[in-house]
Amino acid sequence: MTERNTPAAQVRVQLPYHLRNLAKVDGEVTLAVSPPVSVTSILDALEARYPVLAGTIRDHQTKQRRAFLRFFACEEDLSLDSPDNSLPEAVAEGREPLLIIGAIAGG
Amino acid sequence: MSSVRVLVGTRKGAFILTADASRKSWQVSGPHFAGWEIYHMKGSPVDPNRVYASQSSGWFGQVLQRSDDGGRTWNPPAGEPIPTPGPTPPTASNNFAYDTSASSGAPLTTHQWYDGTQHPWEFKRVWHIEPSPTDANTVYAGIEDAALFRSTNGGQSWQELSGLRGHGTGPKWQPGAGGMCLHTVILDPANPDRIYIAISAAGAFRTDDGGKTWKPINKGLVSNFMPNPTAEVGHCVHHVAMHPARPNTLFMQKHWDVMRSDDAGDNWREVSGNLPTDFGFVIDVHAHQPETIYVVPIKSDSEHFPLDGKLQVYRSRTGGNEWEALTKGLPQANCFVNVLRDAMAVDTLDDCGIYFGTTGGQVYCSPDGGDTWSAIVHDLPAVLSVEVQTLP
Repeated sequence: MTERNTPAAQVRVQLPYHLRNLAKVDGEVTLAVSPPVSVTSILDALEARYPVLAGTIRDHQTKQRRAFLRFFACEEDLSLDSPDNSLPEAVAEGREPLLIIGAIAGG
Repeated sequence: MSSVRVLVGTRKGAFILTADASRKSWQVSGPHFAGWEIYHMKGSPVDPNRVYASQSSGWFGQVLQRSDDGGRTWNPPAGEPIPTPGPTPPTASNNFAYDTSASSGAPLTTHQWYDGTQHPWEFKRVWHIEPSPTDANTVYAGIEDAALFRSTNGGQSWQELSGLRGHGTGPKWQPGAGGMCLHTVILDPANPDRIYIAISAAGAFRTDDGGKTWKPINKGLVSNFMPNPTAEVGHCVHHVAMHPARPNTLFMQKHWDVMRSDDAGDNWREVSGNLPTDFGFVIDVHAHQPETIYVVPIKSDSEHFPLDGKLQVYRSRTGGNEWEALTKGLPQANCFVNVLRDAMAVDTLDDCGIYFGTTGGQVYCSPDGGDTWSAIVHDLPAVLSVEVQTLP
């Protein structure tokens, strides 16, 4: 099977509290993401499904991650990896979520 | 019977305060957008139930919200959640992209940074929203780093009026302590092509052709912190106010000095007069008396609170120079709050109501033009902005 024909995986994403409120969702978000599954492809799918989140996790123009947000999965901090890297199989197969975490900072 | 709706932006959400024309009994709604900074909210003069809100966060950036039912429900104008997967819309209501086009955007490269070096423009947040007085779908946004944007589709998408940054003095603008913000947008009700804006720390600017070309209007301003205190740009203008019946007369609260212009900003003269200190942030004009103006003197640029712990609004009935302290109902001991630049507003009832919010979370109302004051609310988060809608 070629990559183009590979069915989209159901990927799980956990959003921070304020972004769940903004997107008007409870709990995890499940998204259909075509492989290869990466932070970029997940955020593309997330913003397509919830346009209100565009610009809140990464910059509209540069696509840079906002400084006070981090990406975690499978107990690893993926924030400084290339967003185009393939994520662990457990995330791509929906067994583990991608966690988008807000920094514990501020007043 | 008429009523008023007070739109309060705070550090931790938005609040809407409503009362009938007596302005004695208030209903409080909120927090809306709890936990987010609401720099500004303002309603459309054409459709008062259309209200815009600037929602922002150090974590998540900028979101633009709009209500079409007077603040009961809100949605981003182009970003409502959709139930099934689909393509990202071509526009986004929180996308404030600076003009980088080869034609108009090419010279708009950098501004002056705190240390005097040049620094690229970077979008941070929307400070001020100014809906059009004639079209409910047209709205302006003043942003940090300083630029002016316009939407003609109810906030769904935004385009920069890049002639402002591009007119030539942009590289000399620099951020004030609060950032390099375009915080004041005044639309001339008599001339749709004329717009005034103000930037900290660059000064005031005017267009007479609907935003295509701009010129600095800072002649007469003196800012002693600058190498050249009378330079064309670089002044830290805190706020500008205009009475709609006299669009050529402007009142300014500068970093220091209260100023007045009677020729659309071409020339300014100081009207601080007998104020105990002429540092401050807010300034506003009585709805029915164009020569009656209000400021809240703040001790100094180093100590952002009222003199001697006494919260006092000062009123001039002579367009400046002669000021009287208004204290009845305001705390006159141990008060050390600030009143930020967009946190004063007036309604258009008779008597004119004056409102202001403090960094201590109080919103005060005077239903009699400033003679007496009472707190509508005491304990909100720090107030960033106050606007008032007078409803039929």
